[in-house]
Amino acid sequence: MISFNQVHKRYPGGYEALKGVSFDIAEGEMVFLTGHSGAGKSTLLKLVAAIERPNSGSVLVNNQNVGVLKGGALPYLRRNLGIIFQDHKLLFDRSVFDNVLLPLQICGFDHRESAKRARAALDKVGLLKREKTHPIALSGGEQQRLCIARAIVNRPAILLADEPTGNLDAAYAQEIMAIFKSFHQVGVTLLISTHDESVLRDSGVRRLALKEGELQP
Amino acid sequence: MRHAMIQHLSVLRAALRRMFASGLGGLLNILVIGIALSLPAGMYALLQNVQGLVVQLSGTPQISLFLAMDAKADDIDALRQQLAAHSAVAGIEFVARNQALEQLKQSTGMTDVIGGLEKNPLPDAFIVSPRPSNAQALDILRGELAQLPKVELAQLDSAWAYKLEALLKFGRLAVLILASLLSLALIAVTFNTIRLQILTQRDEIEVSRLIGATDGFIRRPFLYFGAMQGLLGGIMAWLIVTASLLLLNHPLGELSQLYASQFVLLPLSLGDSLSLLLFSFYLGWLGAWLSVARHLSL
Repeated sequence: MISFNQVHKRYPGGYEALKGVSFDIAEGEMVFLTGHSGAGKSTLLKLVAAIERPNSGSVLVNNQNVGVLKGGALPYLRRNLGIIFQDHKLLFDRSVFDNVLLPLQICGFDHRESAKRARAALDKVGLLKREKTHPIALSGGEQQRLCIARAIVNRPAILLADEPTGNLDAAYAQEIMAIFKSFHQVGVTLLISTHDESVLRDSGVRRLALKEGELQP
Repeated sequence: MRHAMIQHLSVLRAALRRMFASGLGGLLNILVIGIALSLPAGMYALLQNVQGLVVQLSGTPQISLFLAMDAKADDIDALRQQLAAHSAVAGIEFVARNQALEQLKQSTGMTDVIGGLEKNPLPDAFIVSPRPSNAQALDILRGELAQLPKVELAQLDSAWAYKLEALLKFGRLAVLILASLLSLALIAVTFNTIRLQILTQRDEIEVSRLIGATDGFIRRPFLYFGAMQGLLGGIMAWLIVTASLLLLNHPLGELSQLYASQFVLLPLSLGDSLSLLLFSFYLGWLGAWLSVARHLSL
């Protein structure tokens, strides 16, 4: 499903974020991406979504080399991905419901179908009762769950999460992980970056450990 | 297809909602566009009216030959024959001096003044319908006819119409220049409005792009907004022009009555009105398009 082959990423200014990273993630697999901040976790996720492009090596998503994807094809790649951003990227000028509606509007679903799907997604993360609230009134954990609802409302095959439990307390973090596991159970491929020990204690999940841009064995 | 229509309609609705939500600022924009467009459109409407007047009054050109007061019946007959034989003359009409006085009495309501005259001051006259219709040939013919015996004065009746036509040509060019300049202003206003919108919606644009919005999806609301703003500005301009013409019509009616004629300013024709709206719509769209191309860096 996701396949990196000798991927190098150097940012302008010379900083090398990834140095020859190779790995494969099978369809339906759930994988943790670990490492300290600055290890290259976010860069790796951005390469999957073609938000950044590799300097060399290939990034295959669904057997498609996204590193060389043309601009016009990018939207269609991203519609197959659910992305949970480290900084949430919620829109504060609209309600919780409208935030979740956005990806569906982008894909061109009709209004009734969109509303149904948006409510289902909100229900999934336990925010259905707060659909009319504005994101600013949500707690950190709730904002994180809203971000998840927005990422899954399209029913993507791949879910990317960048530090989804970043600054949440342990109880919230467990709650979020439980949501991710339920997606894993229905066959979604998940790549979750985290440095949260309380989450990682949860064994049985494959880990990719990054250190200074290199994958640890 | 139906699906796409619904999507476009919802974008359009959103654009309109945004415009109404912008309140006074949005209204001012529309007003600025409306006033800017109403200037050339109003001038154009006036020109059209004057033009109509010219066509109505000049019709076919005629040359009036006023005879000397001492012209006798024999002289008149000789002249009539000469004129009839002239190759450039299509037709002639003789207006006897008494007849001319009667006409004058009837047409201008100056009965009292004319009645007070001791004797008829008007000369006999021939009204000549010439064959050539271009201004130069007419002028030559007029000069020729003026040389005929007992002709005191030869006057080309439509000379003023030709002069006015030349003036109108000048006016039309002025309207064109004004319209071009103000169109640029309209584009600039839209450009700036859209620029500000793009700035305030930076977050939405970024997020939309990250979750799979096509360039078209991101551009569309801005283009619709620009086009709608242009169209509403065009409607505003139309209202301004139409209201102004109506307002002018009343005093103009009084004025033209004094000259015993009836002249009303006609509003913009249906075709011209539609052109105005279409043009303003297009300019708004163009301004938005330029702004989007410049500021969205897609």
